[in-house]
Amino acid sequence: MVTAIKQPGWIRGALGMVLGVAFGFGLVVSLRAISGLDVFQTEQTGYPHVVVPLITGPLGFLLGFGCFDYWLRWAAGMPTIPEDHSQHGAKSWKDYFRFNTDHKVIGVQYVVTTFIFFFIGGLMAMLIRAELAQPGSQIVDPSTYNGLFSTHAVLMIFVFVIPVFAGLANYVLPLMIGAPDMAFPRLNALSFWMLPLAGLLFIGSFLAPGGAFDAGWTGYAPLSTGAPLGQSFFNVGVQFAGASSIATALNFLVTIITMRAPGMTFWRMPLLVWANLSTSLLVVAATPFIAGAQFMVLFDRVLHTNFFEFAAGGDVVSYQHIFWFYSHPAVYIMMLPGFGIISEVISTHARKPIFGYRLMALALIGIVVLSYSVWAHHMFVAGMFSWLRVPMMITTLLIAVPTGIKIFSWLGTLYFGKIHTYSTAMLFALAFIVTFTIGGISGVMLGMVPIDIHVSDTYFIVAHIHFVLFGGSVFTIFAGVYHWFPKMTGRMYDERLGRVHFWGTLFGTWLTFIPMHWVGMDGMPRRVADYATQFGEWNLLISCGAFVLGAVQLVFLYNMIVSWKYGPRAEANPWRAKTIEWQVSSPPPIFNFDEIPRVVGGPYEFGVPGARHAIMSGESAEVAKPEPTTVGSST
Amino acid sequence: MIGRLPIAKMLAATIALTVVISAVMLPINWNGQGASTAAPKIDTLLDVMIVLSAFVFALVMVMLGYALWKFKAKPGDESDGEPIHGNTRLEIAWTVIPTIIVLFGAGYSWAVLDDIEDPAENPLKVQVFAQQFAWSFGYPGKDEVWSEGEMHVPLDRQVHFKLHAQDVIHSFWVPEWRIKKDAVPGITTTAIVTPDKPGTYQLVCTELCGVGHATMRATVVVEPAAKFRKWVKGLDQKVPAPFKESVIQDTEVDPIPIGAGGA
Repeated sequence: MVTAIKQPGWIRGALGMVLGVAFGFGLVVSLRAISGLDVFQTEQTGYPHVVVPLITGPLGFLLGFGCFDYWLRWAAGMPTIPEDHSQHGAKSWKDYFRFNTDHKVIGVQYVVTTFIFFFIGGLMAMLIRAELAQPGSQIVDPSTYNGLFSTHAVLMIFVFVIPVFAGLANYVLPLMIGAPDMAFPRLNALSFWMLPLAGLLFIGSFLAPGGAFDAGWTGYAPLSTGAPLGQSFFNVGVQFAGASSIATALNFLVTIITMRAPGMTFWRMPLLVWANLSTSLLVVAATPFIAGAQFMVLFDRVLHTNFFEFAAGGDVVSYQHIFWFYSHPAVYIMMLPGFGIISEVISTHARKPIFGYRLMALALIGIVVLSYSVWAHHMFVAGMFSWLRVPMMITTLLIAVPTGIKIFSWLGTLYFGKIHTYSTAMLFALAFIVTFTIGGISGVMLGMVPIDIHVSDTYFIVAHIHFVLFGGSVFTIFAGVYHWFPKMTGRMYDERLGRVHFWGTLFGTWLTFIPMHWVGMDGMPRRVADYATQFGEWNLLISCGAFVLGAVQLVFLYNMIVSWKYGPRAEANPWRAKTIEWQVSSPPPIFNFDEIPRVVGGPYEFGVPGARHAIMSGESAEVAKPEPTTVGSST
Repeated sequence: MIGRLPIAKMLAATIALTVVISAVMLPINWNGQGASTAAPKIDTLLDVMIVLSAFVFALVMVMLGYALWKFKAKPGDESDGEPIHGNTRLEIAWTVIPTIIVLFGAGYSWAVLDDIEDPAENPLKVQVFAQQFAWSFGYPGKDEVWSEGEMHVPLDRQVHFKLHAQDVIHSFWVPEWRIKKDAVPGITTTAIVTPDKPGTYQLVCTELCGVGHATMRATVVVEPAAKFRKWVKGLDQKVPAPFKESVIQDTEVDPIPIGAGGA
């Protein structure tokens, strides 16, 4: 027991959590007692004796769990524990449940954790659609309803879509660039462990007096500054999710810039690497803005700082500017990594080099630059100065151009290829092109001020964001998970079940989200627990679509779990791809490479006689064969 | 490379598909009934966008469909495709043509925006008060008169709605008018509408404002000027003091939209 408390791990983590909560609680209570104030302040926006422990408790857990051990010893001048790689790699399933610095372990931890939140958020969506299946109030009261859709969005955005991409890239990206790990493995582990804490804070808000945060995922002031305690759970949770995101982005940037294998110039990087480079550039600069916005709301609530309190000279609209300055780039944070995945999958399964590789990379950078200049298109009717609308409209519409380049280049990649559609990953990639095109089209319409004035804050918006985030991002996530499942688990998944999942998801997505456009244009506002009876039939149809969509995800869950345990063993390179991660065994060795590979060509040289992307250890350039070689497979 | 593709046939298929999609979609009145001078302009913009979008969608579908039909690997074929890395002229084309299309869309939208926000001579000013979870309205008169939950406006005269929020953000939307604007605490915002069809409509709050958001509605009656004047005369309540105060205190950020119409 005593040794368990001394060793980093779950027991010390739990102890740290308890001590952290006690410290925060004690600090607030004693300071208030000394100051002669009521010891417990229970205004609904107050509860400092709960809000401070919400911050110190998770920090205590991270300290106890061992996330800071090495740095603290170093900072305190104590002898650091010599690196014996005992925290690196997974020898048994237990190693996935501790502080682990191996990017492959962390990648799996990320993907599994985020999918747990995906299913919880999905269940909330089912409740939302059950309530909306008929006009009137049947299942939940309006207050709970507002909490449900807010939490649904927050779980899906902050602890599913954004971090699941970080997880996939964590696993794949160091292998792709021929690196033994990420640049900062301990920071990487810390990034991961902040994430479940954020998710638990979001879900935990349901236990707060007054219920879960219910001001939407956007948390507009002053609705959020005056909301019950649950809102503070959101404000604090975003800090952990945001810090996790920023640290990971820094890690990716340094890894990509400094740790590429010899010969891997920027123009030889796979597009997934380019995509994560672009995404990380967005995250490091934009995410601090949402962290700031949520701190300002938290301070307004607990410390009465009056940033957004109009009666005290605050400015209400400024919240939206700060919020969207992050949250519009966030749309691309949730999409660019998916673009990378689609490029890998389509090139591999069409057996063709990516069409216009350099323009594809430049389009990503173009999106990064433009995405910082479009945020106010979320505010065309918000009461900001009206001259800002036209320039924001022009940049918004222009950002469709680099996005269009990507769509056309993927289509171009298919031409004169040998398209294989046996893999579920490829099916999702192809369907993504169609579904995302629809989402892009409705996005262009929304970018036009006169149309936006009419459909802003209606179900048209709900339809658009689900087409780009579900039909877009989530389709690419499924493509990525199916594509790298053999690499990550060393097993093959069941393609038959994969196809059931694919067709069900495609059908469900269209049935659910297409009619939402119509009811929105026809007058149904969003974020409503109830609606006019004229929309009843369409909503019933939408709910049916949502239930199909929800049910078919269970097929995916079953396929993943059963295949991971019982699936046939995967070869090193089942898709016959060229990038480096496929040239090592499935799953890869604990330290990735015996010897760092040498990169000698582009990543997608399908059909080019004699072309090689990388020369792996134990090979010499002279023995290079024209056909794809699978080296290091576990024979 | 392009020469080996049936470009003419693909283009014909794209245009045919565009025509079919447009023919199905254009007759439908997506935005519902229109009842303001802005409505037909916005609806026409939408129709133009539907045709352009139908073309883009058709192009993607034809390109994808042809590729899947023509270049699908035969079972057992493990060879690679042709090592084509790109085509500069094609890449320039699909950069420049979409740029032109979206810039056209931006210009057209700007023109429509200017048009629908063009301030008229002698508009009627109506104060709109939004609070959790009700609407009320102040009218110019001897002393400002007040109506709760029901708003009347005259036919064919431009109305400038001055929006005030007492607690949180609300949003003013009459779907038939196509015009929406947030009511923001601390500032006065303006919505410009010229109703051109008599009738009874619903004013809907579209910004999440709390538990009662879904039911925050008011009745809007558009009627001939004489009837409207009679209705205003019949109002006997005065605008309550706190609302009056917000009219005086709120800063008017943007009385006449700059950049549109009046600039």
